Order: sequence, then structure tokens, then C-alpha cells
Amino acid sequence: MGPSRVGRILGVLAGLCVAGGLYLGLVVAPPDATQGEVQRIMYLHVPSILTAYVAFTATFVASVLYLWRRDPRADAVAVSSAEVGVVFTGITLATGSIWGKSTWGVWWTWDARLTLTAILFTIYVGYLMLRAFAEEPQAAARYGAVLAILGFFDIPLNHLAVQWWRTLHQPSSLIRPGGPSIDLALLVPLLVNLAGLLLLYSYYVVERTRLERMRQRALALRLIRGRRG
Amino acid sequence: MVVAEVMRRTWAMTWKDVRVELRARERMNAMLFFAALVLFIFNFALGPDLSKLREAAPGLLWLAFLFTGMLGLGRSFQAERENECFEELLLTPGDRESLYFGKLAGNILFMVMAEALILPLFAILYNLEIWAALPGLLLVAFLGTVGFSTIGTLLAAMTAHLRAREVMLPLLLFPLTVPVILGSVKATEALLSGGGLAEASHWVKLLCGFDVVFLVICPLAFEFVLEE
Amino acid sequence: MENRLAVEVEGLTKVFGATLALDAVDLRAARGEVVALLGPNGAGKTTLLKLLSTALKPTAGGGRILGEDLVKGRDLIRRKIGMISHNHHLYEELTAEENLRFAATMHGIRPDRDRIRKALAEVGLETQAGWKVRTYSTGMKRRLVIGKMLLFDPELLFLDEPHNTLDQAAIALLNGYVASVRARGGSAIVATHNLSRAYDMADRFVLMREGAVTRRIEKDRLMVDQLREMYTRYAENDDGDPGAASPARRAGGREPRVGVSEGTW
Repeated sequence: MGPSRVGRILGVLAGLCVAGGLYLGLVVAPPDATQGEVQRIMYLHVPSILTAYVAFTATFVASVLYLWRRDPRADAVAVSSAEVGVVFTGITLATGSIWGKSTWGVWWTWDARLTLTAILFTIYVGYLMLRAFAEEPQAAARYGAVLAILGFFDIPLNHLAVQWWRTLHQPSSLIRPGGPSIDLALLVPLLVNLAGLLLLYSYYVVERTRLERMRQRALALRLIRGRRG
Repeated sequence: MVVAEVMRRTWAMTWKDVRVELRARERMNAMLFFAALVLFIFNFALGPDLSKLREAAPGLLWLAFLFTGMLGLGRSFQAERENECFEELLLTPGDRESLYFGKLAGNILFMVMAEALILPLFAILYNLEIWAALPGLLLVAFLGTVGFSTIGTLLAAMTAHLRAREVMLPLLLFPLTVPVILGSVKATEALLSGGGLAEASHWVKLLCGFDVVFLVICPLAFEFVLEE
Repeated sequence: MENRLAVEVEGLTKVFGATLALDAVDLRAARGEVVALLGPNGAGKTTLLKLLSTALKPTAGGGRILGEDLVKGRDLIRRKIGMISHNHHLYEELTAEENLRFAATMHGIRPDRDRIRKALAEVGLETQAGWKVRTYSTGMKRRLVIGKMLLFDPELLFLDEPHNTLDQAAIALLNGYVASVRARGGSAIVATHNLSRAYDMADRFVLMREGAVTRRIEKDRLMVDQLREMYTRYAENDDGDPGAASPARRAGGREPRVGVSEGTW
């Protein structure tokens, strides 16, 4: 059973956008003065982490909705969003590590950004594991929702703590009070990639939620059939 | 008066946990033995060079506190599990928050008791001068313990029923409590190096902020963890 | 208009993941009535009791317990009910008296020393009040649970396999307690597979299997062996046929199962 119509549209758009973004970033954009070609990895690294933040915020909202309304659709969105969030966080860590190796010569540094990303990764991997280990789906949904809420309030505190602990990473050039401070030539591919990843995220969430809903319905059908049979 | 009722129930819960523990002694013995073991192992792991140990002291102290605390948290719903009393808790009328606060107070108490024994032992084994910094150290230890225990108690309830709970509790707890870990270690470092509370102030503020946030969220979330 | 029914629920359903533990169960119990839930393991009796006592939330369905809404009035319901389960819910390291004090406080009752002593005396545990529950025999633990119920004074009592491993004295005490609850206008719902005990205690029998109610029988003129026979046949009869032959007749010349005795179904 293929993707839904919305899914198909999102998928195509995502594909185009990501392809375009990667082309712009890897080919068109000028290389960095100090870091050279390797800096291009930023076009994947930065949008990945931003998309992950969007994903985890969506998980938080869906979790609150689930606890409030007990709507299984909210739970489906929460888990789907968390899954893709974990993947994008993983990509952020991997690209960050590669970037670090080329610029600073080490595979890992405990600077604020990377550390925070690693913590984020662990929290949401924990979320997925918690759900996997729960006795039954409603418990998984409830426990997951509580953890997602704890995680969401925890992240800013983690941010503060880790930031005060260390600052080696280049200061944020995108999210700053005066607006982005990087050159337009670099900004455009970044934004295109960001849009591409967000579309990819949406595609995944739409399809995965559909799958989750089908699974929920199959479970319900099995119950009814089991009863009549 | 509703508040009085909540306080009565919280107190009853804490008192019950303390009584049970004082008689069974399971948790405290395990925690203290483990703490002593950890302190000895650090010594062997980091070698006889005392100055290296002194430098690492704040981190080591908190490692001892946190691992010991973890052990205690893992056992905090043991009595309920053993006697099938979880069901009884579900049937109790009244708010769920007092159940949480009762458990929390018990956990904080046990962790503090363990810390009260670890700290002097630590100071002796590693020849540390802690007297001057003592009031600050006690404050930081308390704030850190509270922060760690708020999330810890909630997660202990959640993982009490899970398979692989011994692994799940630390896996979930440590990343969420990084601000407590960093805050406590850094503040302790500032205090032990003679800086006084002023130098440690941002960390102390972070700890307070963390404690306040989770002292509000965790009791509210407890209800969702308990229900079936 | 005062609600005369202790239990009035409809369509109660509970799903655990892929298992349908209870399938649209309706149940009514009047005040002053004792209803027995009978059925094999896995029939859903315990799940039904847990739903009625608000320990679990229904996946679907609802109703009223003692006049309060099953889902929205949980707190109010909890104050008026008591549960005697085969798990005793006592803290082994505490003494009997401490256990009762704790239970009373958590239930919103003043843990008055005299009241507690009186409850302990009524169940014959006065001299052992200061002993740790760990040292108690099963019978003593059950008696302590009854003592707890005396303190709670519930309007509706739930009992889940209460007769397991009890000695005669404890059984008599339990039956006496349930009778006293009934005499004061309270009600009870007992889940058990022990037919004779159910027969002694209850006014009505509700037979369950696989999460659904298959038969409802009034005690009226039913004899205990008729009940046993019906139950045995019902257990052998796969489709739980509700139009089964009257109790006095044996279906298709089948003999009641050899060796059917108390405690088996």
C-alpha cells in the first residue's frame, strides 16, 4: 500500500527541495575562506538539528494533547515525530563529528553544542526504549507522553547548564537578535536545505502516523474478530 | 481543610517508607556499602597522587552521591511491588500529588542520610579541608539531591513495572538530570576552591530553577504514571 | 431522587493492548445485595472488579457506582468502597496497628487509636497488634484486612477470590462480615470460582467467560448442586448457550463431571 496523496505530494516536494538544496550547498555556494570545502557539511548539519527541534516540539505538543484528550491520533503523531527527531539528531551528531574532525582534528569535543545534541539524542532514544518496554500500548503512550513533557522542559535547562559549562562552538549565526549574520550566498542554500528537511520530516510523520493508525485499527479489528470467533 | 489533608497523607506516606526502611534496612545498607566501595575504587583508579584526586574531588563526590542515589531510587517502589500495594495506592481516595510528595520526601531523606556519611568519609580518605565550605556544601548537596530526586521518583514509579527496569531508570534519569549534575559539581568545585557561594551563584540559581520547575511538573505528571 | 442501585454499569469494556479483557459488560446490583461473579480464570472477573472499584479506567462504557459517575466521580467512589483481594495489600515490615493507621490516614479517616484497637479486637487480633505483619499467618493477614474494612466501613465491598487459603474460622469471620455489611444496607460483589462459598454468600450469580457475561441466575429456589451442575455443564458446553435446559434436567444424558468438588469449576 503506497503513500497517501498528501504523503506523495510531500515526498515529491521534499525530494526536490533536498536535491536542490544539496546541489546549491555542495556545488553552487562558495567555499568558506578558512575551512574550505568541508564547511559545506553545515548545509546538512544545521538544518538537521533545527528539524530535530521542530520534531521534538511536535512530540511535546502531541503528548500534551494525548494526555488531555486520550486521542490515539495524538499518540501516533508523538511517536512518529520522535522517531524522525532521533534520526535527524543522529545525523546532526554524525555530521558534527565529521566536521569537527576536519576542522579541529578530533572526532569529538565536549563543546556546548555537540554535548547538548548528544544529551538530546539520549533523551529521545530513551523515549523510544521506554515505549518499547511498556507492557501494552496505552501504557507506552502514557509513559512516553510524560517523558516527552519532562524532556521538553528539561532541554532549556540543559541548554543553560551546558552553555555555561563550555563555549567552544562558533556562536549561533542564524538565530541571533539582529537577524542572520551570514552571507546571502550561504544563507540561501541553508534555508533551502532546511525547507527540504522540514518537508522530509512532514512526509515521514504523515506516513508513519498513517501506519501507526492502521496498526491501532488492526489491533481493534483483531479484538472484534477474536470475540466473534 | 484540603491542604491539611494533603500534608497528612504526604507525612503518612513518608513515615511509612522510613519505618519500613528502618526495619528492613535493605536500601540503606546497599547504598552505604556501595558508596564506600565507590570511594575506594576511585582511589585505586586515580592512583596515589593526592593532588590529582583533589582536583577531581567535586566530580568524584557527586559521582558517589548520584550512583548511591540511583540505587536508592531504584528501590523506592520496592515495598509497593513486593506487597502488591500498588493496587492499594490506586484505590486511595484523594489527590495523587501527596503520594508523590510522600515518596519524594522519603527518597530525599535516604539520599541525604547516605550523603551525610559519604561526605565525611570522602573528606577523610582524600584529606580534604571541608569545614570552611561546609554550609555552602550542604546547601548545594541539598539542592542537587532535591533536583535529582524529583525526576528520579517519577521515573522510578514509571519503570517499576517495566522489564529491564534496572537499565531503564539510569538511562532515562541521567540525561534529564545533567543540569543538576553540572550545577552541583561546578558549585562544589567553586566552594572547595575557597570561592564561597558568590562564585557558585549561577550554578546555585540553576539548581534552584531546576528544582522549582520539576517540583511543579512531576507531581502533576505522577497521576498519569499511576493510573492504569 | 436517591439512587437505589449500588452498581449500575453498561457496556463496560477493557482492552489491554491486543487483549479484550472485558467485552461490553452490563451489571446491576441493588443496595443490600450480594452478587457473585463466577467463571474460569481469564473470564474477566478480576478485571471487572478493578473497573468497578476504579482501580482501572474503562476503555469504553460507564455508569454509576453508589450514585457517582464511574469515570468522573472516582474520588468520591473510592471513599465509599473497600476491596478485599487475594493480595493482602499490607506492608510486611509494619505492625498490624501501623498498617491500619496508615490505611486509615490514606483513606481520609482519622487514625484514632481507640477505633483501631476496637477494629483489631473485633477480628481477634488485639494481642498481636504490635507484631509485624511479616510474622502473621495468611489467615491472620486476612483478618487484618477485614479489620481494615471495619475501619473504612464501606457501602460497597469488592471481594476477589477471598476464600483462597483461609481456614474455617477466617471463612466464618469473612462471611459474618459480609453479612453484616449487607444487614446495614451495604452491598458486595464477590468474584470467585468456589461455588459453595458463592452460594452461601450471594443473592445472585453472574456467570462470565472470556470477558463477557453469559448467564445471570437468581438464587431464589436454586439449590447449590443445581448451581454446580449448571456451572459444570456451562463450562463443558462450548458456546455458553443461554437457552440451556432447565437445571433440573441433565443435558443429553451427560453426567456431571466425576470428582467435581468445592473449589473446582
